[in-house]
Amino acid sequence: MSTLMSGARMLLECLSREGVDSIFGYPGGVTLPLYDVLYDHHIRHVLVRHEENAAFAAEGYARATGKVGVCCATSGPGATNLTTGLVDAMMDSIPIVAITGQVTSKLIGSDAFQEADTFGITRSCTKHNYLVKRLEDLPQIIHEAFYVAASGRPGPVLVDIPKDVFQAQGHYQHVTAIHLPGYKVFTEGHTGQIRRAVQLIRLAERPLVYAGGGIVAAGAATELREFVERTGFPAVNTLMGLGALPSTHPNFISMPGMHGSYAANMAMSAADLLIALGVRFDDRVTGRLAAFAPHAKVIHVDIDPAEIGKNRAPDVPIVGDVKRVLIRINQALAEPKAKPVAQAESGCRAWWEQIRRWKQEHPLQPVSSDSEIKPQHLMAEIDRLSEGQAIVAADVGQHQMWAAQLIRFNEPRLWLNSGGLGAMGFGLPAAMGAQFARPDKLVFAVVGDGGFQMSIPELATITSFGLPIKIVVMNNGYLGMIRQWQELFYNNRLSAAELDCFPDAEKLAGAYGFKGRTIEKPSELAAALETAVKEPGPYLLNVRVSPAECVYPMVPAGGAINEMVLGPPQPVVEAAQ
Amino acid sequence: MRVTGLLSQRGYNIESLTVARTLDPELSRMTIAVEVDPGLRQQVIKQMNKLINVLQATDLTESPAVTRELVLVRVRTAQQTRAAVLKEAEIFGGRVVDSSTEGFAIEVTGDPEKLNEFIDVMRSYGEIEVTRSGAVAIGLENKKLRLQPPVPTRAGNELEETVQ
Repeated sequence: MSTLMSGARMLLECLSREGVDSIFGYPGGVTLPLYDVLYDHHIRHVLVRHEENAAFAAEGYARATGKVGVCCATSGPGATNLTTGLVDAMMDSIPIVAITGQVTSKLIGSDAFQEADTFGITRSCTKHNYLVKRLEDLPQIIHEAFYVAASGRPGPVLVDIPKDVFQAQGHYQHVTAIHLPGYKVFTEGHTGQIRRAVQLIRLAERPLVYAGGGIVAAGAATELREFVERTGFPAVNTLMGLGALPSTHPNFISMPGMHGSYAANMAMSAADLLIALGVRFDDRVTGRLAAFAPHAKVIHVDIDPAEIGKNRAPDVPIVGDVKRVLIRINQALAEPKAKPVAQAESGCRAWWEQIRRWKQEHPLQPVSSDSEIKPQHLMAEIDRLSEGQAIVAADVGQHQMWAAQLIRFNEPRLWLNSGGLGAMGFGLPAAMGAQFARPDKLVFAVVGDGGFQMSIPELATITSFGLPIKIVVMNNGYLGMIRQWQELFYNNRLSAAELDCFPDAEKLAGAYGFKGRTIEKPSELAAALETAVKEPGPYLLNVRVSPAECVYPMVPAGGAINEMVLGPPQPVVEAAQ
Repeated sequence: MRVTGLLSQRGYNIESLTVARTLDPELSRMTIAVEVDPGLRQQVIKQMNKLINVLQATDLTESPAVTRELVLVRVRTAQQTRAAVLKEAEIFGGRVVDSSTEGFAIEVTGDPEKLNEFIDVMRSYGEIEVTRSGAVAIGLENKKLRLQPPVPTRAGNELEETVQ
C-alpha cells in the first residue's frame, strides 16, 4: 500500500521503520512541516532547551543502549549548534542520526534567512552526510543513514532536508537494498592472523589485555570475560571501555593512562604481550609513544583498518568485529594444543605477583577527611550506592577522572562520558538521554560546577518530563583540571580558573520545581546521597568539596606512562644548621 | 570535497588534483599528487578508503604506473628567437596551438619531470604564462576494482501492522 504523503510524514514513516521511538530536538522555521506531523505522531519528541543538548541527549541514548540516537534541529543556527555533539559522537564512535532542516532548495546558496552550509560544515565531523535534493531519494537516504551510523565502526550521520522536500507530496517506496559500493565492513578476522595470535598467547609470560570502547560497541563483554577467564590474563579497561569487564572481576586491574592507576600503567609498560581489543592507542593512554610498552608484542583487533598501525605497528593485526574475533580466539584456545607452554605458565604466575605488588604499593585509595568532603570520598559514596549497577553520566574534568578511578561498573553501557572530545556540558543532557532510554535504571549525572553551569537550561527538560535524574555537582569552585595544570605547569598562575557566583542549589532546583540541597560536611554526605536517590523525582545535590585537590596519578604531557606523578610535591625540608 | 577536506584537515600539501568521469557515468576518478611523509602514506590511503563515497584508493608511489600531465605555455618571443622556440617545442614533442606576432602558445604532454624541463627552457626565451593540468596516472598492475555488493534490507513486514 502506498498512499500519497508529505515528505515530513514520509520521514517519520522511515524513522518508525528504523525502530526510532524518541527524537531530541528543537523546532524552527524550516522544520515546521515536520513538527506539524510530529504533533500527533507516536514517535516521542523531547523538546530540549539548546540544540547542543539535543545532540548530547541522542548520544546518551545511544551510549546507554547501543541503538541509534536521533536528534533534530532547524537550519542555520539550529544545525550549527549540533556540531559539538556530532564531533563528540565521531570521536567516540557513537551511532547517531541528526536530521536538520534546510532552506527551500531554490534559495540554497543565496544567504537566505537562517541558511548555513550545514552539509559543508558537518562534512568532516560526520561518518557521512546527505543533502536530500528530491523527495524520491528520502527513504533510501534514511535507510542508508541508519545503516552507516550503526554498522562497522559506528558514528554520526547527518541528513539535511530542505523545506520544500518536507512539503512535497510523494508515494513512499519500500527500500529493498542498500547500494554503497565503496563502504566495506570487515567483520570476520583473518584465520591466519587469529592462529598467529593464539600462538603468541601461548608463549606470553607477561601478557596484558588492553580492552576499550570497541568491546562496548560490539557487545562483546561476554566474549571478553570468557577470554580473560580462559587465559587467566590480567586486563585493563580504557576510559571508554569501563564496564566491558566488570570492575569487580578479579582479573581487572584498573584504567591505564594519564590518570590511570599505578599498577595499570606499570603493567602496560612492562608487558611482553599486549592484546589490544577495540582500542585505538589514544595519546591519553599511551603517553609518549616512543616509550610506550617497549617490550611488548602487540595483537591489535579493531573493526576499523585505519586504526591498526596508526599509532603503534602491531605484530598481529586483525581487522574484524571484536566479538566475532574473540569467539574464534576462544574456540581456538579451547583446543588442547593451545595450552600455554610451561615457561609461560610460570612466567605468568610471577607476573601476577608483580602486579599485586604494584597494586599494593600505590592503590587507588579514596581519601577522606573529617573537616571537608574530599572529592574521592564523594565518588566512593556514589560507588557504594550504585553497587556497580547505576548509570553514571559524567561531565569533563577532575570529577570525571575520579569517577572513572573510583566508581565501579559491572556491565558496559553504564559509564557514559565524553572521552575523545572531552566536551564540557555533556554530562547532564547525556543523563537525560540515558534515562529516556532506560527508564528503569538509577541515573546519576556526576558533573563539576563548570560543566553543570553549561547545561542549566536542561533542568527545564528534566522537570517537564519528570526524569528522576540524581544530579551530583562536585563543586570545588574552580575549573579543577585547568587549575591543576596551572598549579603544576604554570607556576600556580590561576588564570580564569576560578568559578565564582555558583547559584544556590536549593533555590535553583526549586525555581525549576524540584528539590535541591548544598552540603559541605563529610558527616552529611552519605545521608544526603541516600535522600537524593530515594527521591522519586529529580534531585540536585551540590557537594562542596576541598578546593585544591589534584588528580593523581598523573602522567605529565609528553611523559612516558611509567613516569607518573603519584602525589603532590613534598616540601623540601631545610637541613638544620 | 570530502577527499580534499580529508587531506587538508591533516595538513598535507596537495600538489595537483585532477578528476573526471570514467566509463561508468556514475563513477569519477581522482588523481591526487600529495606531499606526504613516507611513513604516513599507508595511513592516508586507509583514511581515504574509509570515506563512504570512495570505492578504492590506491597508492601509486611505488607501483609500476604511467604518469602524464599536460601543459599549455604562452611564450613572448623576439623576432630572432622565434625559430629557436619552435625547435625547442619540436624537441619536446610539443605542438604549437597558437601563433602571433607576440609569440606562441605551445602544448606539451609527458611525465611531469619532462614538463618541468620544458618550462625552464621556455622561461629562458622570454616572458611565459603557464597552465598545468595536473598529473593523471594509471597503474600497470592487474588489479580489479572491488565493489561491495548491495546489502538487502531486512523485511519491514512486521512494521506494516503498526503503521496504518
